[in-house]
This record gives sequence, structure tokens and C-alpha cells, in this order.
Amino acid sequence: MKTGKPPFEGVVAEHSATVLRVCRAVLGVDEADDAWSETFLAAMRAYPDLPADANLQAWLVTIAHRKAIDVTRARQRRALPVENVPEVATTVPAPGDQDDELWHALKALPDKQRHAVAYHHLGGLAYNEVAEILGGTTDAARRAAADGMKALRTSLMGSKGATR
Amino acid sequence: MTTSDTSVLAPLADVDPADLARLHAGLEAAADRAGQLDIAYTTFDSPVGPLLLAATETGLLRVAYEIEGHDRVLETISARISPRILRAPKRLEGAMRELDEYFAGRRTTFDVPLDLGLSAGFRQLVQRQLAHIAYGHTQSYGQVAAAVGNPKAVRAVGTACARNPLPVVLPCHRVLKADGSLGGYAGGPATKAILLELESAA
Repeated sequence: MKTGKPPFEGVVAEHSATVLRVCRAVLGVDEADDAWSETFLAAMRAYPDLPADANLQAWLVTIAHRKAIDVTRARQRRALPVENVPEVATTVPAPGDQDDELWHALKALPDKQRHAVAYHHLGGLAYNEVAEILGGTTDAARRAAADGMKALRTSLMGSKGATR
Repeated sequence: MTTSDTSVLAPLADVDPADLARLHAGLEAAADRAGQLDIAYTTFDSPVGPLLLAATETGLLRVAYEIEGHDRVLETISARISPRILRAPKRLEGAMRELDEYFAGRRTTFDVPLDLGLSAGFRQLVQRQLAHIAYGHTQSYGQVAAAVGNPKAVRAVGTACARNPLPVVLPCHRVLKADGSLGGYAGGPATKAILLELESAA
């Protein structure tokens, strides 16, 4: 008899929302679904061979990171023939729509900061785990997340006079 | 860990359960297409309580009563067959339709393909034999033992019936003790009586 491992359904049930939040923070709501689906499909494929003591959430967020990069590259390939289309023109946030405002602020961050914010604050990964995904040191991951959060606060609240 | 103010991320905290349900349904279909949905399962509401139904690509693998503990049954399947398990009702549609008809008294035999991967050897031989006991009829454990060519293996037949992975579909409820009393049943003796009653009334 093989060693027991919880049915994959339980993994989906427990981590589904977290992975979706991470994908939405990295890619925006529209492209997050594709990354979520590719993440769980790949995870399910590899699940039988995963060590029983693996940190499932860190494992899933790591896969989500790779799938988000795939989705981004696919979009860039599709976008290639059409040059110089200003990105902001396509997705102007509805006034007062918090989701869109947040996404625009996230999108404005350098990739490393957006990833660090998503994986630590939404994915629940420790900074050393974030560093393993992004490369670089634990300190650099911590700094990227802190800088990212600071920039988000500035861009989302700065205009209203909040100073931090 | 430092406690930083993450309230700016609050709009991302809310995830609509409908979105997750839609994504789950997409995963069920994609995993099936990719040939990696080793086990699909669902829960079927029957007159004898909720039944867990689980199927491989080959066929129906398990029918389980609530008192068997559905979570525990899935854990056993995970360990013995594969952990690549999703709640994915589509694969069970045929089985659910036949069970509906059976419980309505409109079906006397099951035609869905079966996967006997959870049993082996003598037990599987006995379980296959159960399909030959006609609807509305009963046999004793001794008669079943004789039918599989091992008339002395009465106790082993009892064990094989108790471990039947496909109750209702492989009708171990039609096997009684030699004195006509019910004997044991995975779903409990009351359930066994209900099924026999259903079959005698139809």
C-alpha cells in the first residue's frame, strides 16, 4: 500500500481562494483565472510525487508564480504585432472601483515588488520562501515587499493626504 | 513577523464563492481531458441516506454509505488507487441515473461499467458472483460459497460481502444467513431490510 496522502480535492478546497488572490494581485482579475487553472492542473499532475511533508501553500504559490509568468508572456506574444498601444487606454478604472484602483496601483509596481507583496501578504509565504521564488536574499525579499506596500499606500491614499 | 498595515490589499481579500465554483468546474473538465482525473466522486442522495459514488476512468469504483465515513473512504481510495481525486459529478451521471431508477423500482440490474480495483482474489470472485443473484431473490452465504466452487468458505464469503466496495450495485444485500435472518451489512441491517423490501415490493 502506498503512503497515504489527502485527496487532491482537499488541497483545492483549502488553497483555492489564496491562489486566486495571489494570481489576481500578480495578473489582475481578467487573467487570474487562467493562471489559477494552470496552477491547479499542474499541481494535480505532480501531486502523487510530492513529498508528504511538503508545504502545500508554498508549493502552490511557487507554481502560480511560474504560471503567471507564462500567462504574461503569452499576452506579450499576442500583443507583439500591435505596437505602441498605451496600456492604460484599454482598462480605465471605473471611478470608485476599489478593485480596479488597487490593480492599477499593483500594475505600476516593479515586478519584484508586486510579486513580493503578493506572495508574502496574500500567499502567506515567509520572506525566505519568497526569496526562493524570486531569487536574491531574504532581506531583499523583505525590502521588496515593504517598498511595494509603501508605494501602494502612497498611490492609493496619498492623494487623499495620508502620509506614511 | 512585523505587523504591517495591509488594509490597502483589502479589496483582494474577498473572493466570491461563485468564482471558485466556476474555476473548480473548469478544473474538473481540464483534469479529465488531460487524463489526470484518476478518481471522480460525488454524493448521491438516496432513500438510504447519502451515498458516496467514486469512479475511475474504467468505471464505478466505490459506493459508500454515510456510516462508513465518506472522508475515510476517500482517504483509503487515495492511498490505494491515487490521490488525484476531485469532486466531479459528471463522470457519475450514468451511475446516478441508474440508482435513481433502482430506488424508484424501475431498474432491476445495473449496466454501468465497474472497476473492481479495490478488491482482489477470492473476495473479488465472490463480489462478481453477487451480480448473478437476481433482483428480488436471496441466497445464503453457503449458497454463494458453493456457487464460487468453495462450499466450505462460508465465513470468507461473509467477509467478502462485508468488504464489498460496490454495495447496492453488487447486491450483497441479497445474501442472508442460512436461517433466513439478515446477517450483517455495511450500511447497517436496517438499510439491508429497506433494500430487500424495495425489491419485494416492485
